[in-house]
Amino acid sequence: MSLLINKAQETAGKPVVLEDLVLTTAMPTTGGSKMLDGYMSLFDAEVVAKLEAAGYGIAGKANIGEFGFDLMGETSYFGACENEAGALVSAASQLLSASEAQAVVGLDVNGVQRRAAAQAGQVCVKPTYGTVSRFGTIAVVCSGEAVCVSANTAAEAQDVLSAIAGHDDKDGTSLPQAVCEKVKTPAELAHKKIALAKSLTAAADEAVKSCIDAFVAFAQDAGFTVEEIDDALLVAARPAWNVLMSSELCNNVSRFDGVKYGYRSANAETIDDLYTNSRTEAFGELLKNTILFGSEMLSEENYMPRYDKSLRMRRVVVEEFARLFGEYDAVLMPACSKMAYTPAEVAADKFLCFKENMFTAPASIAGLPAVVAGGVQLVGPAFSDAALLALAGQFDAASKTPVACEASEEVR
Amino acid sequence: MRYETVIGLEVHVELATDSKIFCSCANRSGDEQNSHVCPACCGMPGMLPVTNKRAVDLGMTAGMMLNCHINRTTTFDKKSYYYPDLPGSYQTTQWFSPVAVNGTVRIETENGPKDIRVKQIHMEEDAGKLVHDTLSNTTLVDFNRTSVPLIEIVSQPDLSSADEVVAYLERLRSLLRFAKVSECRMELGTMRCDVNLSIRPEGSDKLGVRTEMKNMNSISAIRRAIAYEVDRHIDAIENGTEELVQETRRWDDEKGMSFAMRNKETAGDYRYFPDPNVMPIVIDDEWYGRIQGTLPPFPEVKKQQLIDQGLTEYDADLLTQSRVLCDCYDAAFAASGLAKECANWIATNCLSILKKNGQTMDDLEIDGDRLGQLVKLVGDGVVSNANAKKILEVMFEEDVDPKAYAEANDMIVSNDTDAVMDVIRGIVAANEKDANDFRGGNEKAINPLFGKCMKELKGNCAPQQLREMLIACIMEG
Ligand SMILES: [Zn+2]
Repeated sequence: MSLLINKAQETAGKPVVLEDLVLTTAMPTTGGSKMLDGYMSLFDAEVVAKLEAAGYGIAGKANIGEFGFDLMGETSYFGACENEAGALVSAASQLLSASEAQAVVGLDVNGVQRRAAAQAGQVCVKPTYGTVSRFGTIAVVCSGEAVCVSANTAAEAQDVLSAIAGHDDKDGTSLPQAVCEKVKTPAELAHKKIALAKSLTAAADEAVKSCIDAFVAFAQDAGFTVEEIDDALLVAARPAWNVLMSSELCNNVSRFDGVKYGYRSANAETIDDLYTNSRTEAFGELLKNTILFGSEMLSEENYMPRYDKSLRMRRVVVEEFARLFGEYDAVLMPACSKMAYTPAEVAADKFLCFKENMFTAPASIAGLPAVVAGGVQLVGPAFSDAALLALAGQFDAASKTPVACEASEEVR
Repeated sequence: MRYETVIGLEVHVELATDSKIFCSCANRSGDEQNSHVCPACCGMPGMLPVTNKRAVDLGMTAGMMLNCHINRTTTFDKKSYYYPDLPGSYQTTQWFSPVAVNGTVRIETENGPKDIRVKQIHMEEDAGKLVHDTLSNTTLVDFNRTSVPLIEIVSQPDLSSADEVVAYLERLRSLLRFAKVSECRMELGTMRCDVNLSIRPEGSDKLGVRTEMKNMNSISAIRRAIAYEVDRHIDAIENGTEELVQETRRWDDEKGMSFAMRNKETAGDYRYFPDPNVMPIVIDDEWYGRIQGTLPPFPEVKKQQLIDQGLTEYDADLLTQSRVLCDCYDAAFAASGLAKECANWIATNCLSILKKNGQTMDDLEIDGDRLGQLVKLVGDGVVSNANAKKILEVMFEEDVDPKAYAEANDMIVSNDTDAVMDVIRGIVAANEKDANDFRGGNEKAINPLFGKCMKELKGNCAPQQLREMLIACIMEG
């Protein structure tokens, strides 16, 4: 078990930890993979420059699962992390619990940071797509992943988000500065209405539901109307997201071929052997399975019925959210089905991350901001990041629901 | 039985941009290996593509020159395959919505004009170069060419002979060079061509088995390859020498034969999908109009204009081979009004200096306006021809004003005939023997006297006038 896989020798400023898909020149960046063990980047990620300019210091690199798309870091080449209660946890949330960092900045590829924050009673914001530069993050799912911030409080998360948001010429998907500015200050939630995703909530266990109930009570007290909605189209995001994610992942990790950098098999006579053996020896099982699945989805045979259909599903989800935000300020949903995962259940079902992401896929596929606090997730319209964080912060402060206790009890 | 040949071409042309298509590295060939590389074009993780708008400009220009429809929303896609010269293991190309579609190119052969349909023009990035080091028996990769912008021009199978193929390629080359899209030099690889060929009984409307030949790097190689491949197909059909299969073949120009490439190198599913990192490029009316405004006339239209200005067919043809020459001529003509003289100065003096420097016509960098001023100085008898050539050499080195340079360096033709006559008298007096020989009927005897006068006058004298004055002086004495 290892939390910090690299620690900075000296840190000036408020300490921030980076998850290990964020490239740094001061320390190796591994992506949690044997393929990149010891890999030194030639350049820093844009968020590193922005953090340092805002007076933060990079305290170290936190362990993550291989290329960051697993359930809870269980596929890391450097080992999974467990808490005292024997539950799988993310290194980032453990570091925050131990107050080793004011915030953790990572790449939300498949929702692991949101699940981790929900289970640890912390705050996580996955900002609106294009408001934080992805330059210098190891690409996995370019169309949907976002640099995200986890912290113990919403205010701290907002501070760091404000520091890293902004236009970057080096990222072709980066939005104009004036638009990026919007995530720094909360706008008014005008509808005073929140939609509760019915079947997503029904898919979660009682402990999670109690968090949702607590939020509903809080929101009503704060003058919001909460209405249950039919979320069938949001539920449909997951299979589409899994196709898009696996396909893009397959393409993005194909650069790791043993030729230029990273792991190279010693056992290779021909170039084809070099490719095959390097990747076979350096990649983990979940990654290999996902590459194969993604490769199948992009094949000539499957492109139209699977990949293209998933692109069209993305459009459907985007339009469904747009329709909902014509009436509601945010959609309330869980971030995970339960408050803890045990190593045993993950070992029994290696593909849990393709199922549990039913809660995180809707915001990921649509590029919308999602905020987790007090064990619940709020998804809002583009650029509502700060407003969601403000609301979540009030909820977090008002309730401080005993999330962590319930979680550890269940594990026992 | 008589057969007809059906040929379609895929022509790759490197775009003449300053930088690569998705990063800011220089687009320059011939420099030290791996000297124009960065983490982006080397496939390092963490880099994102930023599209070079100039490459899109040139893709649009090519489309317009070939009478294509320009797709107002054009997108980039990823094409996956593993090869060491492809650092990201994918090539960014245009699969779903190429920049230009449905064009035509009119060619002229012995059989008259013919329109060849262009299916599409798509932009993409080039791959690197593998260099085999025989000493260490290793293969090294040069990434200078990685991510250099290319267009691929895909024709319909409308070509039916090697002559037509050559006419088509020469027409493409002429149009694209004239529009400054590319230098289109096959010998340097900035223009490359794959030939798709099949044969069928004359009059049949069914297509035969098609083979694709790659690695064609000269017009003459293409002619040879087509002749060889047609013979091979006919032989296979008539004599059953082999079974024709749809495949990719490599042309070996030295052996004069084509060979099937290993299936592994060519077969495969490229797993195209839209590149999420490159936003769709929307070409609005302003952008479209701006590119349209920069289009040159077709070379043959320009050529006729030049002939109308009084140039010979030969000069007009030469100038329209290169837009650089043509632009230089236009500026020089505008500054001087001397059409033939400007053409002459470019076609002879400028080209010979370029040749001496080992450069081509596209490397001409002198200011056309100043060249025109120089030509006018000669035309007005202000600077002698010989001195003007010296000034031209200087203009190739630095941007000088010809008149100011001539004045500063004592190169202005003297209008003071008395002073010239003084020089002549002195030379004649000092060379009595030559003068006497001339008087005695040896006309050649004037040459050394003329040379000495010219030297004394530093060339600043109109030769005809000097000769007349010299004869008068000798005959007086
Ligand atoms: Zn580069």
